[in-house]
Amino acid sequence: MSGGSARGGSTGRWLGHVAIIAFASLFLIVFLLLPLASVFAEAFRQGMQAYLASLQQPEALSAIRLTLLVAAIAVPLNLVFGVAAAWAMTRFEFRGKAALGALIDLPFSVSPVISGLVYVLLFGAQGWFGPWLDAHGVRIIFAVPGLVLATVFITLPFVARELIPLMQAQGSEEEEAARVLGANAWQMFFRVTLPNIRWALLYGVLLCNARAMGEFGAVSVVSGHIRGLTTTMPLEVEMRYNEYDYVGAFAIASLLALLALLTLAVKTFLEWRYGDEIAAHAPGGH
Amino acid sequence: MRRRVLPGFGISLGYTLAYLGLIVLLPLVALAWKATGIGFHGLLQLLASPRTLAALRLSFGGALLAALLNVFLGLLVAWTLVRYRFPGRRLFDALIDLPFALPTAVAGIALTAIYAPNGWLGRWLVPMGIQVAYAPPGVLLAMVFVGFPFVVRTLQPVLQSLARDVEEAAESLGATRAQTFFRVILPVLVPTLLTGFALALARAVGEYGSVIFIAGNIPMRSEIAPLLIVQKLEEFDYAGAAALGVVMLAFSFVLLVLIALLQHWSGRWAERGA
Repeated sequence: MSGGSARGGSTGRWLGHVAIIAFASLFLIVFLLLPLASVFAEAFRQGMQAYLASLQQPEALSAIRLTLLVAAIAVPLNLVFGVAAAWAMTRFEFRGKAALGALIDLPFSVSPVISGLVYVLLFGAQGWFGPWLDAHGVRIIFAVPGLVLATVFITLPFVARELIPLMQAQGSEEEEAARVLGANAWQMFFRVTLPNIRWALLYGVLLCNARAMGEFGAVSVVSGHIRGLTTTMPLEVEMRYNEYDYVGAFAIASLLALLALLTLAVKTFLEWRYGDEIAAHAPGGH
Repeated sequence: MRRRVLPGFGISLGYTLAYLGLIVLLPLVALAWKATGIGFHGLLQLLASPRTLAALRLSFGGALLAALLNVFLGLLVAWTLVRYRFPGRRLFDALIDLPFALPTAVAGIALTAIYAPNGWLGRWLVPMGIQVAYAPPGVLLAMVFVGFPFVVRTLQPVLQSLARDVEEAAESLGATRAQTFFRVILPVLVPTLLTGFALALARAVGEYGSVIFIAGNIPMRSEIAPLLIVQKLEEFDYAGAAALGVVMLAFSFVLLVLIALLQHWSGRWAERGA
C-alpha cells in the first residue's frame, strides 16, 4: 500500500516511492545491520576454536558471572521501585507529582560517566563517606557494591516508565471494587493489579535487564578495572580491545550482541502479542 | 477530605522518595558540593582551558549536529516504515531499537572495526580521503547511532494517527506532493520532531561507551567531555571532575529547557494553524 492518491498510478510517483524505500532500507542495512554483522565476523575471524578458547578463559567466565550477579541485584531493586513509584504516581493525588515524575526520569538525561562519578564522590577514598568506610573496612568503589549502585542509577527509570502510563490509562476502578468487596491490600495487589500490569512489567524488566548487563560508562568509572574481580562483560570487552586481543574482545561482545538480539526478539513478540496490555507507553523513552 | 479506598499511599510514596533520595538526589548533591571545591577562580580556569573548551564544543556541537541528522534520518525511516509495505519491513522495524539494546561498548568497537582503515567500509572511504574512525566524524557517527531510535520511535505513533483525509483534501484542492508535505504534514509533526530531537540530544551529549573507541581521543580534536571527566578522576582531581560534570549538566539543562519552550510555541502555532 503506497501513499498514492486516487489519482495516482503515474510511473514517476511509483519510482519516487521505490526510491524512498530503497534509500531507507540501504541506510538501515549499512547503519544498523553492518555493525551487528561485524561483531560476529570479527569474533570468528580466527575460527571457532579461537572463539571458544577466548570465552573459556577464567577472566571471561568471571566477567560473565559478575555481569549476571550485578543484574540479578539491580533489576529486582528497580522492579520493586518501579511498582511502588507507579502505584504512588497513578493511584493518588499529591503535590509535587510532576517534579517526582521528572526526578524518576532524571537518570536518562545524565551522562553515564557522571552517574558513576557521583558515587565515587560519595564513597571513594576522597569522598564524603570514604574515610569512614575505610576505617570500617567496607569497600564500595572499585568493588561489587559500586558496580551495583551505578547500575541501579542508570536503569532506575525503566520499569517505572513502562508502568506509569499504563496504570494511568487503566484507572483504579477494578482495584477500588476489589477493596469494597473485602479484599485486603495484598489480595488486591496480587489478584487485580499484578495481572493487569504483568506484560508491561515484563517489558520494563526486559529493557532494564538489557541496559543493566550492557552498561559501560557508569560501571567503568566505579570499577577500577580489577581483572577477575570488578570487570563486567562490557569492561572485559574494553580491556581485551585495548590489549589488541580483538578476537577475545569481539567474542565477549558477541555474547552481549546475542543478548541484545534476544531482547529485541522478546520485545517484538510482547508488542505483537500483548500490545494493548503494554499500553500506549510514552514513546522514545527507552 | 474523602477517605482513600486504595491502600499503600504512605508506604509507596515513602519508599519512592527514600529510594530516589538515596540513589539519585544524595549523589547529585555530593556532585554539586564537591564541584564548589574548586572555587570560582578554579571554575574560570577550568573553563578557560583550551582542552576543556574543545571537549565541551565537541560534545555539545557534535550532539546538536547528531540530533539534527537524526531528525532527518528518523523522519525518513519512520515515514517509510509507517506508509509503505515492503519485504523486510517488520524486520527493519524490530531492528530500529538495536542501538538501545546493543551495549555501547559493543557498538563502539563494531563501528570502529567497520570504519577503521582496514574495515569493511573504511578500506573504501579512507583512500577517498574520508576518515571516520579516529577522527571527529567518528564521534558524530557514534552519536547518531545511539540517538537514532528516539526520533523514529517518537514519530511512528504520530504518523500512524495522522489523518489521511487532510492530505487527500489538500491534494484534491490541487496541492502538489511537496506542498502537502511541507504545508500540511510537517507543521503537525514539529512538536514531535522536537521531542525526538531533545531525547537524541540528551543521549548524545553524555554518550561515552560507543564514542571513546571510535574517536581516537586526540586532545583538542576528538576528545569528548565525559572522557575528560574520567581523566580527571584518574588523576584524583575529584573537584575538577565534579565541576566539569556540573557544567555539563547545566548546559544540558539549559538546552532542554530551550527545546521545551520551542515545543510549547510550535505546539500552539500548530494548533492555531489547524
